[in-house]
Amino acid sequence: METASSAAPLKRSLAQPPSSSDASGDSTLIDIQNLDFYYGAKQALFDINLRIPDKRVTAFIGPSGCGKSTLLRCLNRMNDLIDGTAVKRGTIKVRGVDIYGRTVDPIELRKRVGMVFQKSNPFPKSIYENITYGLRIQGVNNKTRLDEVVEKSLRGAALWDEVKDRLHESGLGLSGGQQQRLCIARTIAVEPEIILMDEPCSALDPIATAKVEELIHELKKQFTIIIVTHSMQQAARCSDRTAFFYMGKLIEFDETRNIFMNPKNPQTEAYVSGRFG
Amino acid sequence: MKRFFDSELETFRSDLLRMGEVAVRQVRDALQALVTGDVKLAERVIAADDELDELEKRIDTEAIRYMNLRSPIATELRLVIVGMKASHDLERVGDEATNIAKRALRLAAEPPLKPYVDIPRMAGIAVEMLRDALECFLHADNAKAVAVVKRDKEVDALNKQLYRELSSYMVEQPGTISRALELMFISKGIERIADHATNIAEEMVFLSDAQDIRHDESLKKGDKAL
Repeated sequence: METASSAAPLKRSLAQPPSSSDASGDSTLIDIQNLDFYYGAKQALFDINLRIPDKRVTAFIGPSGCGKSTLLRCLNRMNDLIDGTAVKRGTIKVRGVDIYGRTVDPIELRKRVGMVFQKSNPFPKSIYENITYGLRIQGVNNKTRLDEVVEKSLRGAALWDEVKDRLHESGLGLSGGQQQRLCIARTIAVEPEIILMDEPCSALDPIATAKVEELIHELKKQFTIIIVTHSMQQAARCSDRTAFFYMGKLIEFDETRNIFMNPKNPQTEAYVSGRFG
Repeated sequence: MKRFFDSELETFRSDLLRMGEVAVRQVRDALQALVTGDVKLAERVIAADDELDELEKRIDTEAIRYMNLRSPIATELRLVIVGMKASHDLERVGDEATNIAKRALRLAAEPPLKPYVDIPRMAGIAVEMLRDALECFLHADNAKAVAVVKRDKEVDALNKQLYRELSSYMVEQPGTISRALELMFISKGIERIADHATNIAEEMVFLSDAQDIRHDESLKKGDKAL
């Protein structure tokens, strides 16, 4: 009961229109201000200020350890699950609501902010059960409704045609690329607003990568997507905005075409050109 | 951090600079051959055009290979694209110089129509424009590049003036027609060289900060600065 009531402010606010817009006229969905984040005594993010636009793909790039995945995990409070981590300063607002506010339930937040990981991690269950797991937890048991969601989600993840005849076989029997698309289908089944992707293609071959990228392009009509990637070409192909991080700081954030044609910061230029270090 | 293929871009840059040097020399030599009636020099200019043609092909091949295999981004991408365009302009400058040298050969066989004053002046400006544009390749300098773009109208004006002057020669003394026509084409050729210098200057602004200043009239008139 407490959970349900504490989630109410966030739910309500998600229905409201975004409150501000950026220089390109895109409305801001996520507004990160002055964010400092720590793993114990070690500071991992320094004074991050970033406005992530709604229904766009934003890429986070930067060398390993630069804080991009840490920031990604701050956006659905995945870092809460690690002892000793803390947002010590600053705010992250989704549609104007501080997601670290006391009234926000992280479980409710994670329904709104789904996540896809580097290594595909389907549950050791059937394809069907993988998709319906989240809804069943929410108490949805109506077979017709679940069937609908399974088809819609698998179609949305461009996987339906490949698996429609074996929905009750194990998700672990799929290829790597199919497993990753299954994880995306599982994520969109609960109709989140934001999808976080942490190097979703790093374990995939070029064909599976192309399919996931194609999917990202489709999904951005409905969802706001943030993707962490080490592939410059992937960031260039898939994203509308790119943020470059280095040593826990946001170095540059701009439209992707500007980052890849004429970055303002020499560190960004060195990184995207492969001259960094 | 140095990458193992950075030397490829150095070669690309030096090829383009070499093309620039050869193109400037060709224009100067062609003009000198015209003014002094030096037939040997004119023939040397015509023969030396092959080097520019070869360099243009080499730069294109290298640019395509580099884009294909090295996936250049940001400054590197702009360098490769601008290199291809500028080399094309320089090759055309070479063609104009060759044409001037061929006309110089024909004119050397006849008495001069009039003392060469305006044509060397025009050519002097065009060569300066070319040099300044190439200077911007060595050291990014948008102000200098814009100055080149603005100077183009000086050359255009001189070309028009010469056209009028040579037209009246032809009307008044039909015996001068063939020589006056040669000079008109030479004047037009120099005007084209200045156009190519303008293109290169514009390309160098794109190289320096990705701005496209082509066809920007307010910039040419000086109503706007970069």
